[in-house]
Amino acid sequence: MQFDGYEPGNFYDELFEAPGKPRPEANLLIEKINSLPSDELRRRQEAAQTTLMKLGATFNVYSDRQGTERIFPFDVIPRIVSATEWAKLERGLKQRVYALNCFLADIYGDRKIIQDGVIPLELIESASGFLAPCMDLKPPGGIWCHITGTDLVRDRAGEWYVLEDNLRCPSGISYVLENRRVMKSSFPELFAKMGIQPVDGYPGHLLDTLLNLAPKNLPAPTVVALTPGIYNSAYFEHSFLAQQMGVELVEGRDLVVADGYLKMRTTKGLERVDVIYRRIDDTFIDPLVFRPDSYLGVPGLTEVYRQGRVAIANALGTGVADDKVIYAYVPQMIKYYLGEEAILPNVPTYLCWEPKQLEYVLANLDKLVVKAANESGGYGMLIGPHASEEQRQNFAQLIQASPRNYIAQPTLMLSRVPTLGDSCFEGCHVDLRPYVLYGEDIYVHPGGLTRVALKKGSLVVNSSQGGGSKDTWVLCQR
Amino acid sequence: MLSRVADAIYWLNRYVERAENVARFVDVNLNLMLDSPTGAIEQWEPLVLITGDQEIFKNRYDQATAENIIQFLTFDREYSNSILSCFLQARENARSIREIISSEMWEQVNASYLMVQEAAQDPSRVRWPEFFNEIKLAGHLFSGITDATMTHNEGWHFGKMGRFLERADKTARILDVKYFILLPSVQDVGTPLDEIQWIALLKSASAYEMYRKCKQHRITPNRVAEFLILDREFPRSIEFCLLQAESALHQITGTPAGTWKNPVERSLGKLRAELDYLTIEEISEQGLHEFLDNLQIQINGVGTKIFEVFFALQPLN
Repeated sequence: MQFDGYEPGNFYDELFEAPGKPRPEANLLIEKINSLPSDELRRRQEAAQTTLMKLGATFNVYSDRQGTERIFPFDVIPRIVSATEWAKLERGLKQRVYALNCFLADIYGDRKIIQDGVIPLELIESASGFLAPCMDLKPPGGIWCHITGTDLVRDRAGEWYVLEDNLRCPSGISYVLENRRVMKSSFPELFAKMGIQPVDGYPGHLLDTLLNLAPKNLPAPTVVALTPGIYNSAYFEHSFLAQQMGVELVEGRDLVVADGYLKMRTTKGLERVDVIYRRIDDTFIDPLVFRPDSYLGVPGLTEVYRQGRVAIANALGTGVADDKVIYAYVPQMIKYYLGEEAILPNVPTYLCWEPKQLEYVLANLDKLVVKAANESGGYGMLIGPHASEEQRQNFAQLIQASPRNYIAQPTLMLSRVPTLGDSCFEGCHVDLRPYVLYGEDIYVHPGGLTRVALKKGSLVVNSSQGGGSKDTWVLCQR
Repeated sequence: MLSRVADAIYWLNRYVERAENVARFVDVNLNLMLDSPTGAIEQWEPLVLITGDQEIFKNRYDQATAENIIQFLTFDREYSNSILSCFLQARENARSIREIISSEMWEQVNASYLMVQEAAQDPSRVRWPEFFNEIKLAGHLFSGITDATMTHNEGWHFGKMGRFLERADKTARILDVKYFILLPSVQDVGTPLDEIQWIALLKSASAYEMYRKCKQHRITPNRVAEFLILDREFPRSIEFCLLQAESALHQITGTPAGTWKNPVERSLGKLRAELDYLTIEEISEQGLHEFLDNLQIQINGVGTKIFEVFFALQPLN
């Protein structure tokens, strides 16, 4: 298959500047693909899919007891990010995560940002991720958001924007590592020539980040990964990361609070746990403090945590910053805490709780994307230009009934990457989720998950809605 | 190691072994029926009696026909000890500890489950002798892969303990099939038909050839029972299984052999020591069926104590 007839269209194409003209950083890749015998690319794609299935890089579709696991659809044509582009993203992400951490420490502590009138108190306290029991919490080293999976998008002009921050338990990193493993066997010759930054260091960095939270005087602290169990859709990733870090993968029922410490039940008795990498939502983690109906958590854990006798990553309560209304204030946070302008801008966001903005949103529903402030994964969303009049009417009512819970953004024409179609290459829309670790320093993992909307023309990249993934090649500085 | 993980490895091994042994005792009955004189009444009900689950069976099926019983023991999703349910549970256990076991072990359990599940879609097309043979092979493959790909650490020893306790229990049950089959016709003892039945039984425990080698040709009920209960070297005999389970147990706890520190070591050690010094004549005296029944109760007791000592750990409050 050849790129001869490939049409980048009226979008920012990540690999092509113009029809027939690859971007400089993509030259070698396009040349290589063009030189392959016809069908060779498809053969490599199929081999890659088979390998992913064998590796068990699956997510669960657990509607019955048959046990069905599917692979996250994978496209063999990578997305390339140049070294200069990446350097800017790296700076922007570090700045953003640093400011978000200041914000979390502040609102669960002195609340200066509220007193200084930058963000109204009622917005914070009405955010569903805000947890009152976390007030005055002092997590080790003052770090709250140890792992952040920021979603970035590019518009028609190629400008980068932050779409979401994902400060609770961002998932997807296992696909990054497995996709790369597969791509290295698909295109070994390109890895030799192009200077692509390796991604295999992630589990090591994650373990360092977690060990950084353990009490300093312990010779051999115990780190565990806490999973909701085998029925969780991301169970493969939990098990994969535990294995790669060499830590115990535990469920809530393995843990118990005894003598004021968190312990795990082992065949040799109870053993102390010092750090939890949790893949359970905040409100499920302790039935005594949060949802009493949760069987996934550990009764009494929050108290042990408050006493500083166990560390949790991410800290409890970080979800407050995932509220899309709070998200809109991140540029102000950066200014307030760091005195800097945001390197990576937000997508322009209209807040429906402000009467003037509400008026604008209601008058322009056919042009905007409306999102519920507390939802994620592509749920609770109206894509105005693609919606019917009736759907827009419904949303208008929802918004007016509770304006605090809705925001609106212009419909972004996401950038595209050529993707292997049935008979030719087709441009498909993508986003990018880099992973940021906050340990002793802030570390931005070189790459991240490129999600691609495989349905033709679709702008929705979520795996539940026909999305797939691509490998992300961040090039080294030359 | 985590109690839950030890529990999962232990049961993963028990369920695979259980599936294999259910295949074995259904298979022995199929063979016995084939060799019965025409006109003899087929006896399938004993198979359900042996499992101890006759209540469950009666609630779910009208009659103890061959078809119903085979369906019950192989493909019944609602019956937790059917071959299909065993592999389903083995697979769920394996899935919950994928980061602990080798990926080869996981793939083997997964493949076996898929094979049984597919066969269950249309039981009328299943060729039973081949099917049961495949199940036996699946069991061998799993234990071979486990031994060859997993570090022989604490978890491995829990798996081994589970496998051999399950096997000891099931060899007792396989031997018991013969008791039930023979019950109505004691006059057949020692006839050519009787010998054929004992051969079928030995074959179902893969024990025929090994028996011939070590017992010098003659097949007598007492010697067969002796071989399957007391032989210290044949890998499916009850004594051998208990020796293996006990050695795994002591590897886990570090307690020197021949001594005990917890109730599991005591009950298993006691049971094994009893077999060490027992003769087949003493067993015959108290009755083979009664002996096997009692043995199963004691093996179950060991299982209960394993649960209490290693898995059901409660914090002291």
